[in-house]
Order: sequence, then structure tokens, then C-alpha cells
Amino acid sequence: MIAYLGRRVIQSLLILLGVSLITFALLYLLPADPVRQIAGRSATPETVENIRRQLGLDQPFIIQYWHYLTSLLSGDLGRSYIQRSEVTELIVSRLPASLLLMVGAILCELAIGLTMGLLAAVRRGTATDQTLMVASFVGVSAPQFVVGLLLLYVFAVRLGWFPIGGYGTWRHLVLPSLTMGILGAGWYARMMRSSMIDVLRQDYMRTARAKGLARGAIIFRHALPNAILPVIAMIGIDIGIFMGGIVVVESVFGWPGIGQLAWQAIQRVDIPIIMGVTLVSAFAIVLGNLLADTVAPFIDPRIKLR
Amino acid sequence: MKKLLTSTVAVSALALMLGMTSVRAEDAVDPNAKPGGAITITYKDDVATLDPAIGYDWQNWSMIKSLFDGLMDYEPGTTNLRPDLAESYEIAPDGKTFTFKLRQGVKFHNGREMTADDVKYSLDRVTNPKTQSPGAGFFGSIKGHDDVAAGKAESLAGVTVVDPYTIKFELTRPDATFLHVMAINFSHVVPKEEVEKYGADFGKHPVGTGAFKFAEWTLGQRVVFERNPDYWHKGLPYLDKVSFEIGQEPIVALLRLQKGEIDIPGDGIPPAKFQEVMADPEQKARVVEGGQLHTGYITMNTTMAPFDNVKVRQAVNMAINKDRIVQLINNRAVPANQPLPPSMPGYDKEFKGYPYDVAKAKALLAEAGHPDGFDTQLFAMNTDPNPRIAQAIQQDLAAVGIKASIQSLAQANVIAAGGDKAGAPMIWSGGMAWIADFPDPSNFYGPILGCAGAVPGGWNWSWYCNKDLDAKAAEADSIVDPAKSAERAKMWSAIYGKIMEDAPWVPVFNEQRFTMKSARMGGADNLYVDPVHIPINYDNVYVTDVQ
Repeated sequence: MIAYLGRRVIQSLLILLGVSLITFALLYLLPADPVRQIAGRSATPETVENIRRQLGLDQPFIIQYWHYLTSLLSGDLGRSYIQRSEVTELIVSRLPASLLLMVGAILCELAIGLTMGLLAAVRRGTATDQTLMVASFVGVSAPQFVVGLLLLYVFAVRLGWFPIGGYGTWRHLVLPSLTMGILGAGWYARMMRSSMIDVLRQDYMRTARAKGLARGAIIFRHALPNAILPVIAMIGIDIGIFMGGIVVVESVFGWPGIGQLAWQAIQRVDIPIIMGVTLVSAFAIVLGNLLADTVAPFIDPRIKLR
Repeated sequence: MKKLLTSTVAVSALALMLGMTSVRAEDAVDPNAKPGGAITITYKDDVATLDPAIGYDWQNWSMIKSLFDGLMDYEPGTTNLRPDLAESYEIAPDGKTFTFKLRQGVKFHNGREMTADDVKYSLDRVTNPKTQSPGAGFFGSIKGHDDVAAGKAESLAGVTVVDPYTIKFELTRPDATFLHVMAINFSHVVPKEEVEKYGADFGKHPVGTGAFKFAEWTLGQRVVFERNPDYWHKGLPYLDKVSFEIGQEPIVALLRLQKGEIDIPGDGIPPAKFQEVMADPEQKARVVEGGQLHTGYITMNTTMAPFDNVKVRQAVNMAINKDRIVQLINNRAVPANQPLPPSMPGYDKEFKGYPYDVAKAKALLAEAGHPDGFDTQLFAMNTDPNPRIAQAIQQDLAAVGIKASIQSLAQANVIAAGGDKAGAPMIWSGGMAWIADFPDPSNFYGPILGCAGAVPGGWNWSWYCNKDLDAKAAEADSIVDPAKSAERAKMWSAIYGKIMEDAPWVPVFNEQRFTMKSARMGGADNLYVDPVHIPINYDNVYVTDVQ
């Protein structure tokens, strides 16, 4: 167990190192010159070179990467080229909003997805099952900016139940969480359905039915707890999908998280922020996967860590 | 310069004879304005910085103008220069020495009085390479600038504090744009103690002398300004509070405006909703339209064949259907025939430009040895509406036989291609086009059409370099005497006329600005499309529903 964990942590660190190297290299290869952006249109060539020297951007790639890595180890992600603020400060100030949205989204996707999956499994092969599965398919495939704008239009503009974007109260949280949740709910509905069908086919289910237990008791007391655990374990892996989604959803709803920060930085080629957000997201995804894998054997004894 | 300086020209001419340029009474306070109230403005992007030495985008430009002041400013809603922190100024007859008398009793938001030392400190700071100011180049005519820029000196030799309320500038050459330079944000006055206290984070903790003082900044969410009760211009500003809400998509901002939740969508009316808004009389009544100092153009790389042939460039000028392109963007622009926008001094109203004439364009191409056209590339920025405009240009070119493939790229990549001599044969400038830093015709020349800009990484994407015109430009800019401003404007008109003969650009259109406001916002329309306080002059607008 300890050996397994140690190996996984080392693997995770290597993945992060790889991500940092690839991202750094890609941004280095961009044909855009950040120094020109900082120096502005009216700068003389001397000014441009001066700024390049000050930022260390005249150094070869390997040296620049090495500087980045060493400051990274001391928690320094550099300063934004456009905003001129510490990237760490920008990310830290926006993390709570993204985490809050993540919690909201996970609650939404579990509530919707698990209910749909459960219903579909219990009514397997019926019209209900088919309708729910088509709905989950739509949920998985619909672009999030369309879902977001649609929800915004119907529930905020037309009905006025929720504010039109922004941040602050629980009412602000509902629509973006739902937008994120609908995508995840589609996945969870499908997983829950197959997991539930698996469990319902087990011998102990037949025994329970043979004992004459009520249908409700069979499903909720015996089947559900067994079916739900492997699905819950997927939440860790879900973080990857989540990190991709926040870029779009936060922008649509004006949600001040790191997804919005990333989107703005990409548009303005603000390299230190792009690097910082990529690393933080990669860290979250790696951590999520690590947690999911570590927790799995406790939930499902059939899985062994080796 | 006909339009510019009209109010000060007569006084200046007289004053020059007396050796002193003394100026105007303060603008009257709007009798209809009621003080008080708060407004909310939305923006999509984070505010980058509020440091006047660094901020250089149209979002923070007027925010900085409300927090800080410079020696000079413009009459609200116009391009007419007037003294601001200066009470008066004096230009020596050789045009190389400017002396400003400062207003007394002006206080920074921290309570300390602003003096000539602060002006000098601010200019030393902005030109110091360590500050990494994108505006350092504007101060190139001040004596000692090159030493500071090269890191050889800490202080500009040409700036002298005569006494606490007098500051003298010595220039290396007569510079007609110098008063404008004293009005741009980069020259705005900052208090040394606050800059040293916050260091690189001064832009997040701005302290100036402006109409508003900085109150709150919640990263990614909100920036709040409060009325400066000690503002030297008594009666201003009218508003108690201005809140900027950040991270709001333009479409969401418009919905919120329609519900009365906000007052101004800072990013304007989203293109997809433009026609809908303009078709509704109630909404249209709250839209203010104004010109801006902007020209959208196609550059042709004059160092690359076949664009090294002037006939080819003239042919392209005749091949482009500008009216159709203007229609493509819902008539949010007016067709252009010369580099300068119509509201810029030096704009030649009589100039007709190249007509849209496909037959003549074909004939010119044949004369140039390309009867069947040629293959080329057109670079454009990849955000709407630029790819659509590039396609329209592509079709127009195809009609005369020029087959242009479109390279639709991110802004930074197009800029990089333009700054590379062998990078881009043609560029549609949309999304990156020139918007003047200050309302003076010279500002459309140097970096984008002069030899100085035709360097690697420069903004002269045509790589057009005419030494003769460079000399004429220098000559025009040495006419500092405000009484001769009309003559200077004529010289500039002639320079742009010659440029159009050489045709390194196809001027396509001048964008119009459309600002939408809530029903309760008051103040003259031109404050909402202020040519300098872009996009809105926060100091002079007010709300009508305060008690």
C-alpha cells in the first residue's frame, strides 16, 4: 500500500513536470513576442531589448525553463505580463470561487445523474429508460456555452428567478452549477445505470427478492449502496472534465474563478498566467486521479492496489 | 490642427507675443447636474493595472484619467487641449522650452500637496527602463531622455524644478506635440511615497490627484472609485461612486442593462444584438454614437513583390468595396479614403481618394504586368467580425484576379507577422488597428507609416519608408507656435496625400463608437463617446434620479 502510494506520488510529480515542460515549450514557441506586448507600440528597439533582458527572456530556452522551475519550487509563479500582478496572488484570489462552483457542480451532477441512472436501471428497457438515456446523451453532448446561455435566458432573464450572472449569494451559484452539472449528470446517469444493472443481476438480489422483500427496500437498502460506491469514486476523475468546463462556464456567467482568468489570459497571450493556471489545473487533475485510485479499494474490495 | 486648440489659439497667439501663454477659466459646472448617486459599469476583462505609467488599454485608459491628472487635459467630450494641473504655460519662441505654472493647493488622495517635484519624479519614473512603461517613447524629445532610457542616468536632464509651482522642460528639438504628451496618461502625476510603498503593485493601489479616489479592488470581481472631496476642480465630480463590475460577457451586460441593473455596458453593444437594439426605439434612444480616432486599413508590404509596384497597390485600393464592408459590420463605421480619421486635425475633407472601380483596377494590374492577377496571402485577426471582413476583401480581390488566401490568427501572431519584413504580404488591421494616443495628426505617422516603424517588431506593416516624408513630418512637428497650427495641419494633410499616392495602405473605414446607457444617466452625449476619456468621461457624467 505504502509502496504503491509512493510510486503513484512519484508518477504524479513526473506528470506535472512533463506538463510544465510541454506547456512552457509550447508557449515559448508561440510566434508572439511578450516583450513587444509589454513595451507597447511606441517603444524604441532599445527599450524593447532592455525589458527583454530584465525579464530574462533573452536567455536560451533551457535556462528560462530552469529559472521557472526553481522559482516554482518556492511557490513563485512569476508576474503577469499584462496585469503586472503576482500570478500566485491572482490564482489564490480566484480559487475559492472555482472550488465553490466545483462543489455546486458535483452536487448538481450527483443529484441529477444518480436519480436518472437509478430510474433508468430500475425501468430498464422501458420508454422511461430510453428517454432518460437520450436525455443524458444530450446532456453529455450539448456545448456548455449553449446550455449556459439557455439557462440564463430562461431562468434569469425570462423568469427572473436567478441573477443574470455574477457572484456573491447562493442564488448566483445555481445556474452555473447546473450548467456544469448537466454535462456531468449525463456521464453519471450512464455509469449509475450500468452499475445498478450489474448489481441487480447479482445472486444476492435474487435472494432478496426470493425472501419476499419489498421492491423499495431491495432497491434502496440493498442495491443502491452497492451500485453507488463505484460511481462516487469517479468524482476524482471528474475533476479533469470539470477543469475543462470552468473555462467556458465561468466566462458565460461572469464567475470570478480561475477558468475566467485562464480565458482572459489566453486571449491576451499573458504567458505567466496561462502557465500558472495550467499547472494548478494539472495538479488538481493528478490529485483527483490519485485520490480516486487510492479510495477505490476501500469502496470496492475487488480492487487491489499493487 | 484646425479643430484642435480653437479655444486657445487666439489667446495663445497674443500671449506668445507677450512671451506668456495664459489660459482659460475652468469649465463651468453643468447647471442641470445634481451631485450624488452611484453608477455601475461592466467589463468582460479584468482591469489590467491602474498605474498611469503602465496602463495602455481602452478599458483602464479613462479609469486612470479619473484617478490621476496631468499638466494638460482636454475639454470634456472634445479634443481641445487645456491646462489641467498646470494653471498656465509658456512656450519659448524657439519652441524648445516649455514652462508650466502649477495650480496651488492640489492634493493627492493621501492628503499631501502636489508640487513640481512630483511632476519631475513622475516623468523620471515613466522613462526609467526599470518601470517598463509602454509609454516611455512618448518623452523622446525631452533633453536627457536617451541617457535615462539607456540606464545611464536616473533623472531627465531637461526637466527642471524652478520652484514648487514652476517646472521647466528643455527639449532637444521643437515639438508641436509636446502639450499633448503632457496630457497622456503616461505623464500623469504620482506621489513618490506611495509608489515606493507599493512598488510593482502600485497599479493595484493607485493614489493620484484625480476626481475620484480608489476605494476597493476585489480581484476578478469589482473595482470601486469614490468621489474625491478635495478635488481641486470645485463642483466635480458629480457622482459619489463608480463601480466597475468585472467578468461580465457583453451579452449578459446588455441583458442586465435592459433590466436596469447596470448603467453602462463598458464593452459596448454585442454585434449580434446590435440590430435588435437599434430597431427598438426605446433602446435606441439610449445609444450614443460618436466618432473615434480610429482607422481600419489593409497594409501591403511594399518590400515584397508584387506589392513593391505602386500600380499594384493602387489597383488594390480601387478593388475594395468599402461600402459593402461597412454594411457587413451593421454600419458601425464610415468608409475611409485616407489614413487620418475625420475628427483628427489635418483630415482633408476635399480629398476624394481612390474610387471603387474594378475595371480600372484590372487595367492597372495589366499595366503592372499582372493581367491575370497573382497569388498572395491576407493575414487577419481571428475574432469576429475580422474573418468575415477578410473574406469580403478576398472576394473583392478575386474579382480583379488576385487570389488571396486568408491566414486567420490570434492577435499576437498577426502582430508578429506584421513586424517581420518577410512575414505578411497583406494584413487586415481589424482588432489591431491604430487608435490615436492623442488627437494630433503626427500620431498616425511615425510608428505606422514612417521609417521609424519599419523595423523588425515595428507597427509599420507596409514597411513603407519615405525619407522625404520623414523630413517633412519633422518639419511639421517643429512648428510649435499654436498660432501656426492651421499651417501645420495643412502640412500634415499634404504628407498623408503623398502617402495615398504611394498607396501602402487601403484605408477601409473609421469605426464609430456606440455607447449605451441607462435611462437615468445624464450629461451631454459627447461625454459618453469622449474621444480622449475613452470610453466615458466619468468625471463629468451624472445621474438624474438623486434626491
